[in-house]
Amino acid sequence: MPTASRDIIVSNSLGLHARPAMQFVDTANQFRSKVTVSKGGDEPYQADGKSVMQMIILAATEGTSLKIHAVGEDAEIAVEKLAKLFEDKFGEE
Amino acid sequence: MEIKKGIGVSPGVAISTAIVFDAENLVIPRRQVLLANIDAELSRFDLALKETIRTLTQQRDDLIAHQRKEIAGIIDFHIGVLNDASLTGQIVAEIRDRHSSAEYAVSAVMRNYAAVFSKMTDRYLAERVKDIHDIERQLLHCLMGQQRLDLSHLTSDVVIIAHDLLPSQTASLDKLHVKGFATDAGGRTSHTAIVARAMGIPAIVGLGNITGEVSAGDTVIIDGNHGVVIINPDEQAVAENRGAELRRLQLDSERATLQDLPAQTLDGHLISLMANIEFPAEVDEALRRGAEGIGLYRTEYLYLASDHEPSEDEHYGAYADALLRLKNRPLVIRTLDLGADKYSQAKAAIPERNPFLGERSIRMCLHDIPMFKRQLRAIMRASVLGDVRVMFPMITTLMELRQARMLLNDVMEELEDEGVSHNRDIPVGMMIEVPSAALMADKFAKEVNFFSIGTNDLIQYTLAVDRTNERVAGLFCPGHPAVLGLVRDVIRKAARSISVSMCGEMAGEPLYTLLLLGLGLTTFSMNAPDIPEVKKIVRSTTMEHARQVARRVMSFDSERQVMHYLRDETRKIDPEAF
Repeated sequence: MPTASRDIIVSNSLGLHARPAMQFVDTANQFRSKVTVSKGGDEPYQADGKSVMQMIILAATEGTSLKIHAVGEDAEIAVEKLAKLFEDKFGEE
Repeated sequence: MEIKKGIGVSPGVAISTAIVFDAENLVIPRRQVLLANIDAELSRFDLALKETIRTLTQQRDDLIAHQRKEIAGIIDFHIGVLNDASLTGQIVAEIRDRHSSAEYAVSAVMRNYAAVFSKMTDRYLAERVKDIHDIERQLLHCLMGQQRLDLSHLTSDVVIIAHDLLPSQTASLDKLHVKGFATDAGGRTSHTAIVARAMGIPAIVGLGNITGEVSAGDTVIIDGNHGVVIINPDEQAVAENRGAELRRLQLDSERATLQDLPAQTLDGHLISLMANIEFPAEVDEALRRGAEGIGLYRTEYLYLASDHEPSEDEHYGAYADALLRLKNRPLVIRTLDLGADKYSQAKAAIPERNPFLGERSIRMCLHDIPMFKRQLRAIMRASVLGDVRVMFPMITTLMELRQARMLLNDVMEELEDEGVSHNRDIPVGMMIEVPSAALMADKFAKEVNFFSIGTNDLIQYTLAVDRTNERVAGLFCPGHPAVLGLVRDVIRKAARSISVSMCGEMAGEPLYTLLLLGLGLTTFSMNAPDIPEVKKIVRSTTMEHARQVARRVMSFDSERQVMHYLRDETRKIDPEAF
């Protein structure tokens, strides 16, 4: 099974709050791959990228380092699309 | 086993199975379901989930159509959470693996998340706890929406645990099976308290969050004597409470033998013991306890129990009902005494900054003459049905009393013109519950037929203490020498020309019976359950002894001395008094 992963840094000012978390989950759900997002540091946590609750529990504020990881046939493109959301700061100014 | 403390508002002890209402007064069903019902429970959850998502989607679309994108975004998030398979999976697992009811599973899982969220350091994220609660509430609402427990047809004994009981809920209670109440909210004069006293079952209010702590089906002890609720008591607690209740019933039946005996001192002085009531049905219980009549009928309940101001006929109906039950025994009707309470403040256009010093009671009535006259007309019409007396509350100046009397005369003239029969010689009295009225008692005594001392307000206004404020409630004390001085003077000044009674809580406290007798009080009006004990003390002493006690008390300069001395003296004549 193909896998893909990418390290990103949360760069929008409010962090991964409700709306970006929703946007992330909606995008993840477009793919068949299993998606996880993990946070290292003092409070390590691995969230199911298709669960909005778990994504919020990540408490990924601005500046947090995250690893997006996908397993499945469309893993590569999924990670690509998901990382792009962060690069675009979820459409925030 | 868990013990919770609240305000006991109706005495007695009940041990029974709990029924729980939540804050919206939906019934929270039991935690567990039978194995055979698990599939049904799972599909109930599934239906509720779909229904909630459908409702929210509709709401969101409406909001977007009205350009309210901010709120639509919040609802969008709620929909997202409900579509979260890992979350719904947890709820399903809770039902399937632990045989939980759908409601319980929803609450358990959502509250878990709420706990995680509230610990988050990021303020914005911690705030999302509100969303979690909101989502939980919506799911529960959908699950339980159609379910209304029918309290009029119970099959076994229960105690009712609720946020607050509404008149609509208690109106049709199955009196045979409901054994007690415990509520989150409420005070001594709340609807719950009134109904419980009338039913003669224990009740505790002001418990804070008892609905969150008791589950349906739990065994609960409600000890109304001490204001204590015990959740899932151990065997020892059950045995102790059963024993205590038995002893209480025994003591009660001993005291019941006093019912037909006069309240007469050993040296032959007759004292009149009356009851305070809030609605007519309480008359029966009062008479059963040995009341000679009703010394205080609080008419506020007529206003509080319905969503509109009572009509003249509604007033009349209530008074006629009470009089029918009293069979010519006296009924002192106090005119409306509302104002400094949540109900009136919520209705006021501008809430008062200091309601206890504001437009309350007689002041409110004199500002709304049509309303006041409706009540006075009803009282006058009822005055021919029995021994009716009318009493004005919160009088602070002679002008107020004169205005009120003038309105009463107006009403009599109107009835005269209409040819409606009424008693022109109805005794008119006033409450002494403000220091100014107490100090001017000799002046007031020339203009009324009787006084009734309302100690709760008299103490509050004399000592400047709000006893519902727990930070200063300790300063509220009937035994304060300043209060006792006022009480003594009022009784003295009145005794020369008119009759005087006391209808505050002090009148029903056995601790003060000897003192009040000694000060010359001849009429006591109290909550019906207190009558037997007070009567017992009256029958166990002489007037001579009571006068000695009073003289001694009036020489003290602190409430502590007063209380200690009275406790000792009362125990000497009735060791079971406290």
